[in-house]
Amino acid sequence: MLAFFLRRILATVPVLVIVALIVFFMLRLAPGDPAAAIVGNSGTADDIALVRASLGLNDALPIQFVRWVGELVQGNLGESFFMKIPVTELISQRIEPTISLAALTLVVAVAVAVPLGVLAAWRHGGWLDRALMGFSVLGFSIPAFVLGYVLIWLFSLHWQLLPVQGYARFENGFIPWIRHLILPSIALSIIYVALIARVTRAAVAEAMTEDYIRTARSKGISEARVLIRHGLANAAVPIVTVIGIGVALLIGGVVVTETVFAIPGLGQLTVEAVLSRDFPLIQGIILFFSVIYVFINLLVDLSYLVLDPRIRY
Amino acid sequence: MADSIMTQDTSAALPDASAASIKRRALATALRNGSVRIGGGVLLLLIIMAIFAPWLGTIDPNAIDPASGNMLPLTPGQFTNLAGDTFDHYFLMGSDSLGRDIWSRTLYGARISITIGIAVALLALTLGMLIGLLAGYFRAIDSLVMRLMDGLMAIPGILFAISLVALFGGTVTTVVIAIAIPEIPRVARLVRSVVLTIREEPYVEAAIALDTPIWKILLKHILPNAVAPLIVQGTYVCAAAILVEAILSFLGVGLPTEMATWGNIMSEGRAQFNEFPHNVLLPGVFLALTVLAVNILGDGLRDTLDPKFSKQQG
Repeated sequence: MLAFFLRRILATVPVLVIVALIVFFMLRLAPGDPAAAIVGNSGTADDIALVRASLGLNDALPIQFVRWVGELVQGNLGESFFMKIPVTELISQRIEPTISLAALTLVVAVAVAVPLGVLAAWRHGGWLDRALMGFSVLGFSIPAFVLGYVLIWLFSLHWQLLPVQGYARFENGFIPWIRHLILPSIALSIIYVALIARVTRAAVAEAMTEDYIRTARSKGISEARVLIRHGLANAAVPIVTVIGIGVALLIGGVVVTETVFAIPGLGQLTVEAVLSRDFPLIQGIILFFSVIYVFINLLVDLSYLVLDPRIRY
Repeated sequence: MADSIMTQDTSAALPDASAASIKRRALATALRNGSVRIGGGVLLLLIIMAIFAPWLGTIDPNAIDPASGNMLPLTPGQFTNLAGDTFDHYFLMGSDSLGRDIWSRTLYGARISITIGIAVALLALTLGMLIGLLAGYFRAIDSLVMRLMDGLMAIPGILFAISLVALFGGTVTTVVIAIAIPEIPRVARLVRSVVLTIREEPYVEAAIALDTPIWKILLKHILPNAVAPLIVQGTYVCAAAILVEAILSFLGVGLPTEMATWGNIMSEGRAQFNEFPHNVLLPGVFLALTVLAVNILGDGLRDTLDPKFSKQQG
């Protein structure tokens, strides 16, 4: 068992190295001097020279890369050029709203999509099935920010049920926290629901055609139990897989949703970093999100061992 | 005496199996599919509207007239441009705070958005196809290339696109490349899986035995099998590209604000959203409609082309 874990964890290392390489070369390949890009138009030649020295840009590329990776492994993601604070500190300041939003979105998406998918698979070919597929295409097509604005217009401006924008910290009370998060979560979760429902429906529908379903039914097991204990359980692997892959969509969506709803999280930090061309911060954030994505997919892969005992690495 | 079987004309009994007729039949089947008709029809309509924008009740999308600012949708009004001419104009979608007609901006913006969508799809398909072909056929570079693709897929696409635009500037070329690159790994994987399957087929083996050059094998035997899934994937890439371009412009890191893309219109309308939501909502509806049409088209194509594809394998 331990061998599986170790082997799978080791498999993430090449991916992380590639991510580091891509992020490293993105800045170096940009036209012009990275130091000049960081310093901006208001800098002098001395400023540029200072930045070059502080970032070690005068050394050979391989040395720079090794040193940079060394810092990364120690948890040093660099320092924001404009705010003069370590990137890790900035991230930890802004992470709570993003995690709240992402977690709530995930819970809502799975709680809505999986039952819908199971129902659609149960009534395969019926009106619910077709309605779900239609809704699913809709979910892929309506951008989260458009939906966000529609929701704000309806619920906040027109009916005045929920706050328009902003974020309330969890420690200041559960009700304000969730009132501020309902609309963003719904807006962000739609595409996730569409994706998960689609895959759930396909996976469960396929599982229901297996022989063991016929056996279970002939044993007199209730349809609900057959559906869940035998159908859904055997469809779990593709469903969990798509949840993991969907995290990439979630991360991208968080950036936009936070902008629409003025939530002071990592998404807004990203936009600020990009607009001010704060390259160390941009690099740090990309690395952070990529590592999170790789880590979550690692969890998904490891969960296969629990979900499907037949899988052996 | 009836003719013996050897002299009868039996050519009419066998279906025409030439490559051209297969393609024609595939096209005919595709066009019979409901989703293809609806999605393709709406998309075609939008493209025609975008092309004929100057004749559809629009004015210069960049012309400002602060006096006609913040007009509500479906109101008739007057427009005075900077040259001093005043004329009647029906504000179908209202105007923004500077008096620019939203309907005109939306329609002209359709040109940019759809063009970018198609350009991204073509770029991602071409590069992904090349990478997939090479990785699938040459085992030596397969694992290295796939690791590279895995690494690229680990970086969330929008973050990657945002950073590239921040680094290289917001021109149409940069935006197209920035949106296309994160889409390449999926296309490459798709093509690679096709190559891996076809590579083992007897006719490929025969072609190799006949000393056919590798490029000919790839082009004439392997590639035609990848065309159908590539087309389907291409429509999805196009839809995603239109969305991502809008998101980039909306965040302020996309195309320059002089260009009236849907994202830019919505971004500039954000400040007035509380009082005048039409700035954001109406272009948003257009955006959603376009992406929806392309997605429905893709679903329809997948339903008609893919079963054919799997039938050819079986």
